[in-house]
Amino acid sequence: MTYIPIADQANELHDPHTFISKYVWSQDHKVIAIQYGSVAIFVGLVALFLSALMRLQLGYPDTFSFIDPADYYQFVTMHGMIMVVYLLTALFLGGFGNYLIPLQIGARDMVFPYLNMLSFWFYLLSVIILMASFFVSGGPTGAGWTLYPPQAILRGTPGADMGIVLMLVSLAVFIVAFTMGGLNYVTTVLQARTHGMTMMRLPLSVWGIFVATILGLFAFPALFVSCIMMTFDKLIGTSFFMPAIVSLGENLNTAGGSPVLFQHLFWFFGHPEVYIVALPAFGLVSDVLSCHARKNIFGYRMMVWAIVIIGALSFIVWAHHMYVSGMNPYFGFFFAFTTLIIAVPTAIKVYNWVLTLWEGNIRLTVPMLFAIGFIFTFLHGGLTGIFLGNVTVDLPLSDTYFVVAHFHMVMGVSPVLVLYAALYHWFPKMSGKMFNVTLGKIHFWATFLGTYAIYLPMHYLGFLGVPRRYYAMGNTDFIPDSAQALNANITQAAIFVGVMQLVFIFNVIWSLKYGKKSDPNPWEATSLEWQTPDNPPVHGNWGEKLPVVYRWAYEYSVPGAKDDFIPQSIAPEDVVMEEGAGKYVDRSEEH
Amino acid sequence: MTEHALNNKSHVQNIIDDWSADKQAYSVPWGKLMMWLFLVSDTFIFSVFLVGYMSVRMAATEPWPYPSEVFALELFGQNVPLILIAIMTFILITSSGTMALAVRYSHYRDKKKIAMFMLITALFGASFVGMQAFEWTKLISEGVRPWENPFGAHQFGSVFFMVTGFHGLHVSIGVIYLLIVAFKVNKGDYDKKNNYDIVEITGLYWHFVDLVWVFIFAFFYLW
Repeated sequence: MTYIPIADQANELHDPHTFISKYVWSQDHKVIAIQYGSVAIFVGLVALFLSALMRLQLGYPDTFSFIDPADYYQFVTMHGMIMVVYLLTALFLGGFGNYLIPLQIGARDMVFPYLNMLSFWFYLLSVIILMASFFVSGGPTGAGWTLYPPQAILRGTPGADMGIVLMLVSLAVFIVAFTMGGLNYVTTVLQARTHGMTMMRLPLSVWGIFVATILGLFAFPALFVSCIMMTFDKLIGTSFFMPAIVSLGENLNTAGGSPVLFQHLFWFFGHPEVYIVALPAFGLVSDVLSCHARKNIFGYRMMVWAIVIIGALSFIVWAHHMYVSGMNPYFGFFFAFTTLIIAVPTAIKVYNWVLTLWEGNIRLTVPMLFAIGFIFTFLHGGLTGIFLGNVTVDLPLSDTYFVVAHFHMVMGVSPVLVLYAALYHWFPKMSGKMFNVTLGKIHFWATFLGTYAIYLPMHYLGFLGVPRRYYAMGNTDFIPDSAQALNANITQAAIFVGVMQLVFIFNVIWSLKYGKKSDPNPWEATSLEWQTPDNPPVHGNWGEKLPVVYRWAYEYSVPGAKDDFIPQSIAPEDVVMEEGAGKYVDRSEEH
Repeated sequence: MTEHALNNKSHVQNIIDDWSADKQAYSVPWGKLMMWLFLVSDTFIFSVFLVGYMSVRMAATEPWPYPSEVFALELFGQNVPLILIAIMTFILITSSGTMALAVRYSHYRDKKKIAMFMLITALFGASFVGMQAFEWTKLISEGVRPWENPFGAHQFGSVFFMVTGFHGLHVSIGVIYLLIVAFKVNKGDYDKKNNYDIVEITGLYWHFVDLVWVFIFAFFYLW
């Protein structure tokens, strides 16, 4: 074979010389990761601001004259789409995927750095196109983040002229960007691991990101195709998703299309998308929990297989989003069944996280607080998911605030808590500086308790039957007046939590400038990224020689060892033991 | 691969060994694995297109046009059904053969022959796109549009232009890709590292485009 083995990759890397090739058009995976992360956090703040505007309208209707119904729907749509795709997907895979994969597997960079760079610039382009839709006539689309046709492209829906087109184009560009990055991540994990790093020694972060990327490569095509088809429906008058329609008193020139087809395509992407976000979160949180509990992750193999099985099952549950869509009702049997099965590997993961904490030597650091917070919110959101997975329970709860509360708990708050855990955990590695712990703890408690103040009451509103996506409730008999008081309280909590996120932004900026210099391995972690010769790691990551891996990434609190952690790259004969403890025996392969 | 054929381990055990291997899961160059992954992802795109087509065809309220009439060509005063498409399919499958020859000569580092066969492949591809343009022109002159269709359901024109267009785009990109690689082979760019993997990677893409065509052919013209 003529290909170059990974150990000799150094001469393949292009060393940058100018400021621009080092920090702007950079091919270094760490710079690309930070670029991805910064843009994602920026659009995330835009989406957070939109949610605050939505909450103002819901909490105090008739008070804010600058929010009219069309604006409200545009806020809902853009908030949802930005959070799910442009923040969570981009930050987990483009951000943490880029940063952690090469460092944790012991590679010098992604296998195709140039393509990786293109991936970021296409992502930025997609974000610019999306943001441009705020400034076109008619504004951004207000079709709801699911963009269901026919209403998404018909007159009467806000942004039905240009907004929807820009949204569809932006998504298509995002998918191109994701594909370029994703091919890199998968190939890198499969082919560029260092000596001794077998698949079953990979940290769970890499496993989560790896499987999520595969899901993305298989699920995004469905969104890509439906974007193309809907763009044609909108721009050249095809009828893929358009049945015969009378709109605003006139007969439209459409016939015979199938709106349910779009819903199937959208959710064939949309459900794996939930796990594209969740699996990296599962992986990252496993590493954070294990490290700060000073204990190996409980059931490593089980955790890996649970990730793989959840990934596979996620492709056959999509129609549980469509119980009320008018599809064949018998489908409900099948999809409720598969949905409940997917709860089994997910529950295994939750048990294993709890068992990892069990009798651990827990250090309540800021990342650990966020990771433990995640277990609470994820359990909470997961249990309401079991309610909604059953057709008979779902029917009355569909399109109420119960659904809003469920998916915000499970897919909004939980991954975001993991993102914070991971950002705080890896911040010292990324920047070489330590963040302010007090501010971090304030940020945690405000966010964790605040989200409960927001979403617990929403479950109750859902049971009352308060419908979601309504600009104002108006006078309805079945909704008591107290619901409005509750809505106002939710709004206060939401604004509070939103403002408290600025503490995090401030903490990052302040620490970058004034933070204490961080130890290369401040958490005393075992995985490879903490063993780099430079802190933060430089281009090429490993200096002269690549690290060699001798064991898994979870060798914490080994009986008899002097330190309570043994890095992956320390040879067995170099492990320092306490006197009289005998020789170190590597038992990691037995787990 | 050869060492697997020689050892006595079971197929499953070989897969496990590959995956649990130190460093690399597959003993193939990075670029080749990446192309495979891309093609699997692209397979999903075409599958969704075809499933969408079937679903739209079943949902359509007006009758679907009869393919052997719509796609017939008048030759010497006779209506010959599917003749153009038969020629197009034949050409594309032949081009897969010439591509395979180029890959074969890449193992011998025979630059002249690699470049020649890639060029022939590109010519076949270009003629395929040309004939597709001819077919589009014929249908358009008969009044078929993405938004309307004199022979029946609207959706016939919509999916036909969309799916064959998307495939034609793949062929066109493939032709450009082939020409670039053929040119660089001829120049000797790959001699520096004596690495001719790119020919095989281009071949993978080209065979994939052909394979997809077989499915489009079956679902659009024979159904």
